[in-house]
Amino acid sequence: MIRVELAKLIRRPRVWVAIVLLCLLPVIVAIFIASTRIVPPPGQGGAFLSAVLSNGLLYPAAAMAIVVPLFLPVAVAVLAGDAVAGEATTGTLRYLLIRPVGRSRLLVAKLVALTAFVLAAIVAVLATSFVTGKVLFPSGAAGQSAVTSLSGTTLTGSQIVLRLVASLAFITISMLGVAAIAVFLSTVTTSPLGATLGALAVLVASELLVTLGAASSIAPYLPTRYWLAWVDFFRQPILWRDIVRGVGIQAAYVVVFLGAAWANFMTKDVTS
Amino acid sequence: MIRTQALTKRFGSILAVDHVDLDVRPGDRYGLLGPNGSGKTTVVRLLLGLIFATSGTCEVLGQAMPRNARRVLPDVGAVVEAPAAYPHLSGRTNLALLDASGPGGPRRTRRARIDEMLTRVGLGGIDNRPIRAYSLGMRQRLGLAAALLHHPRLLILDEPTNGLDPRGIRDVRDLLIELNSGGVTIFVSSHLLAEVEQLCTRVGVMDDGRLVLQEDLATLRVPTGHIAVTTPDGDAAVALLDGRIADRDGMRLVVRGSDVPELNALLVRANIRIDEIVAQRRTLEDVVLDVTGSGADRVDAG
Repeated sequence: MIRVELAKLIRRPRVWVAIVLLCLLPVIVAIFIASTRIVPPPGQGGAFLSAVLSNGLLYPAAAMAIVVPLFLPVAVAVLAGDAVAGEATTGTLRYLLIRPVGRSRLLVAKLVALTAFVLAAIVAVLATSFVTGKVLFPSGAAGQSAVTSLSGTTLTGSQIVLRLVASLAFITISMLGVAAIAVFLSTVTTSPLGATLGALAVLVASELLVTLGAASSIAPYLPTRYWLAWVDFFRQPILWRDIVRGVGIQAAYVVVFLGAAWANFMTKDVTS
Repeated sequence: MIRTQALTKRFGSILAVDHVDLDVRPGDRYGLLGPNGSGKTTVVRLLLGLIFATSGTCEVLGQAMPRNARRVLPDVGAVVEAPAAYPHLSGRTNLALLDASGPGGPRRTRRARIDEMLTRVGLGGIDNRPIRAYSLGMRQRLGLAAALLHHPRLLILDEPTNGLDPRGIRDVRDLLIELNSGGVTIFVSSHLLAEVEQLCTRVGVMDDGRLVLQEDLATLRVPTGHIAVTTPDGDAAVALLDGRIADRDGMRLVVRGSDVPELNALLVRANIRIDEIVAQRRTLEDVVLDVTGSGADRVDAG
């Protein structure tokens, strides 16, 4: 079943459109920065953006900081909201279930396919932004294989690779939190759009509350609070506190909402 | 093959299926009839474990559903309501994905099995156009191919001739009868009486969620005690049979009595020419309209 879900993913035009758009955005930003040489001052704007003019090798990290807060979660919510509700809308859900495909198996396969999408999207963005950075920005004074960390010290090539992989894992887990909410809503409604918008509403509300000082008491429990904590992988030494909390929060959201999705789907009357 | 006891399903305040006791025997061609909204599709969904009964039990292929769905469903093929497929993919791709989704579909033989079934339902020459571009009849045939892909012992079809043209209806009926003679039990739900009358050996009639009738078709179609006679000598016949005429419409007479040879001999002896003489039987339509209400899509003023 997992293979079938992956095959369906690959055959969907919207998946490729989403990935292309995700890759395009950092390229557009890079072109503007390279042609005007105007960057946000350090500490403001996107993380790393202020550093890319002196070191193009940091651009993949800057690109991640651009797509993670909004564009990647939107893409994830679109696909995850479609997971069950989309099958219900086309009427294929009932034919899968009488094939028979177990309801839990179907949910697991959908989740694996979503995870594959998130990974593929991040890798695609990293690859295109790496090329973009190489082409549009200088490679930094320390040479090809060295990058300055946010803390000012130099990172070696192997350190960079390790930390990129760690960031990739962290971002994937963060996106699974969104996916879990959208999949849960997808088992509740038969409208894919409704499930997607519901998940996005949760995210927008969360992003709003995170910036609201008055809501600081609940901020640590909001799903988007630690989304950018992977930036801390690029400090020397690595600042683990927010990373660990971020993973914990996302794990909690994934467990709760997937549990709810599973409980709901197992006992649901499929009348679509 | 299918046995339900007091099967009941309630959606909120609506009682969709009310204490239904279905009994479909191996080898039957069973037709579930009833007006729109009488609960036929809900029964089909209950049998397949898509929805869960409020109360009552349900056995398919001798095993309780939905508890044993994993063991039962591989031997069941079904079209529920309308056929469905991913609109942006071709028919072959859709069948291949469905085949790969569940048990009993080895990859090695997949292409050959799909080709065989497509030929069987009359889509053998289908190209790679997406389902989006299929006509309703083609989708119906594809749905049937999907249901047959794993050589089921029981075929459950909900309105299988929806959207088919007369030729398609004939094709499907011939295919179902052929499968049935090969040992496949057929269960169709339909509101098309003529369709069921030509296909089925046994019928159940639903009305407002209840099964109001379940009988062999041959038993239902009893003689009415009238004989229809068509004769060019109508006046002479009326004069001869004075008192036995129940109805007259030009050349067509309805005569009370059930002994066709006796009536035939009587008329011939009186030199009355006969076009046609036949004992009237109750049509399925008479039977069904007798036991059912007006259906859910008719709203009469109170």
